[in-house]
Amino acid sequence: MSVLPYLVAAWVFLVGCYGLATSRNLIHAVGCLAVCQSATYVLLLAVGYRDGGTAPVFSDLKPGSRPVVDPVVQALALTDVVVGATVTAVLLALVLQISKRHGTVDPDELSELRG
Amino acid sequence: MHHLLPVLVAVPLLGATVLVACGQRLPRVVAETLGCAFAAGTAGLAIVLLLNASPPLTEWVGGWTPVGGESVGIVLVGVGPGLGMAAVASLLTVAALAYSWHYFDDAPRRHAGSFPALMLLFQGGMCGFAIAGDLFDAFVFFELMSVVAYALTGHRVEEAKAVQGALSFGVLNSLGAYAVLMGIGLLYARTGELTLVKIGQGLDRHGGPDALTLTAFALVLTGLLVKAAAVPFHFWLPDAHAVAPTPVCMLLSGVMVELGAYGVWRIYRTVFSGLAVIPASDLERALVVLSVLTAVVGAVMCWYQRHVKRLLAYSTVAHMGLFLIGIGSLSPEADDGVALYILGHAGVKTALFACTGVLLDRYGSVDEHALHGRARRLRGVAVLYVVSTLSLAGLPPFGIGLGKAVLEESVGGPLTVLFVAVSAVTAGAVLRVATRVFFGLGTQPGDGSSYETTGIREEPETRHRLSRVPDTMTAVPAVLLVASLAVGAVPGFAAAVGHAMSGGAAPSLHWTRGRLLLGLTSTLLALGLATLAVTRSKPLGEPSWMAPLRRLQSGHIGDYVAWMLVGTTLLAARALPGILNG
Repeated sequence: MSVLPYLVAAWVFLVGCYGLATSRNLIHAVGCLAVCQSATYVLLLAVGYRDGGTAPVFSDLKPGSRPVVDPVVQALALTDVVVGATVTAVLLALVLQISKRHGTVDPDELSELRG
Repeated sequence: MHHLLPVLVAVPLLGATVLVACGQRLPRVVAETLGCAFAAGTAGLAIVLLLNASPPLTEWVGGWTPVGGESVGIVLVGVGPGLGMAAVASLLTVAALAYSWHYFDDAPRRHAGSFPALMLLFQGGMCGFAIAGDLFDAFVFFELMSVVAYALTGHRVEEAKAVQGALSFGVLNSLGAYAVLMGIGLLYARTGELTLVKIGQGLDRHGGPDALTLTAFALVLTGLLVKAAAVPFHFWLPDAHAVAPTPVCMLLSGVMVELGAYGVWRIYRTVFSGLAVIPASDLERALVVLSVLTAVVGAVMCWYQRHVKRLLAYSTVAHMGLFLIGIGSLSPEADDGVALYILGHAGVKTALFACTGVLLDRYGSVDEHALHGRARRLRGVAVLYVVSTLSLAGLPPFGIGLGKAVLEESVGGPLTVLFVAVSAVTAGAVLRVATRVFFGLGTQPGDGSSYETTGIREEPETRHRLSRVPDTMTAVPAVLLVASLAVGAVPGFAAAVGHAMSGGAAPSLHWTRGRLLLGLTSTLLALGLATLAVTRSKPLGEPSWMAPLRRLQSGHIGDYVAWMLVGTTLLAARALPGILNG
């Protein structure tokens, strides 16, 4: 089991955060948030991986005949995808309203709330 | 009894579904009554479960009971603190729905069911988070309540400020939630378990702390502290609270951020507190440093606000700092104190937001300077406001005062001074607002810093600007205030809270002379500060060092994310020495 997938997960998360921190466009920012979330998919799937394992579907596979990857993390990743879709949808709807009300999607030009 | 645990989440979700499905065809009164009925039913159920919570209730949803100690099922756990939070969340939802009864602005597209349905979803998410027995479901409910909260904050989609505040809230909290999920993944990798208790046992078996446990700890704590609005994760809170509709503010400040603190407490206690996983002194060091910062920053920013809702939001930040100090000090007495404090604070803070909502809907402004002397005729609201403020300072025999005094005695030393000072400053600021707005005392202050957010020209949330205040809008804060009084004043209630917290007898949760004195001290200090501020504005005017502090709250999502990363790094670094030495 290599350490590479874990490094990839950490890198994806951090690069998403970097994008969020330096974003000049709110749609881009919401995209970066989705990038951060992709890091959790990579991490979860890496955690469940077994060397030589196959998909945990037992329709054409005799239980115990060969190793399978952990189905729990796959269920978690699937739930995570659903959660992520909801969050992205709500946030993009808010960005749409921001663009209508403020006439811009550049976070540097939003100055209604401060201090 | 334990079979009823899932119902606690199912009832509000069912109610929301019914309202969304039929909302368009229902008249508004019916939709709102239905919403209240579902929320009240859940509240009743939560209280019944709470009264039967010892021994703890455990329910494996769908009958997926463990086989030979191994399980892949979803577990819900009903213990005193969790069910208590669920009960508070449910009762506050009922209060918020009653407050918005019939007077709240029409829902977009004339869908009468949409607002109550969102409130019910929010309630379901909060109840679920409070009783989730495994980390992943805690994450899912955490996200459910967060997403609904973003939608509720930006509910008035026509308002420029509302959508901006909701977006900062959404980005920060979701990023925090993903950090939690990364942490959960690491913990699962180490232990192969998801239930809280089993993860704790797994970590114990593995022995001393290492980089993986520490990283997981920092990540999980980050997400929860974002929700709990600890400095430097707090920036979203004032922005969201200043713009959310008043009934939503009541829930956000009254119980949602407190659920973040509850999460920190619960997860530390069940997962990381085992044999030398994360040494108690390390958590104490990391958490107490952040909490003290939170309390101080919250109090200072609270004092220098003129936008009343933002001022109340910063006071929530300051009080969250105090709660987190109590949680970080890891003693049973402190836990009891925090529980009482949270109960009392929930009632008082929601009452204050409710009264501020009356100002907004009556005068179309929440600006302290612009409202100077304008609300003289609202006598009833003025009385409620002043009494709430005094109890926020810790006036005996209100619940906040008792909880805070118990906490002050248990932390001791310089932290006691901090507690008294922070509660006096925050209450003093609110009292200053009350004297200026309701009594017109002092001179009308001039313009403050150009950088600050003023509260003038806000749109009322009701259909028209109110000419008289409807009874529900004054009755709700009055009832909440009485409830908060009952927490501290009804003999035996505090002891019952202590019993629910620890399962054993709570020996010393009552007023003593020392505690009365502590409560009175901070109340008098608050009165003094408010008097000074109103009569002589010069010496308490804004000092030059406030400008940089103000500029930190820039309303810019990128800045907030950067601060969050700094906070996570600090958390990991504070706990690091223990690992290296161990």
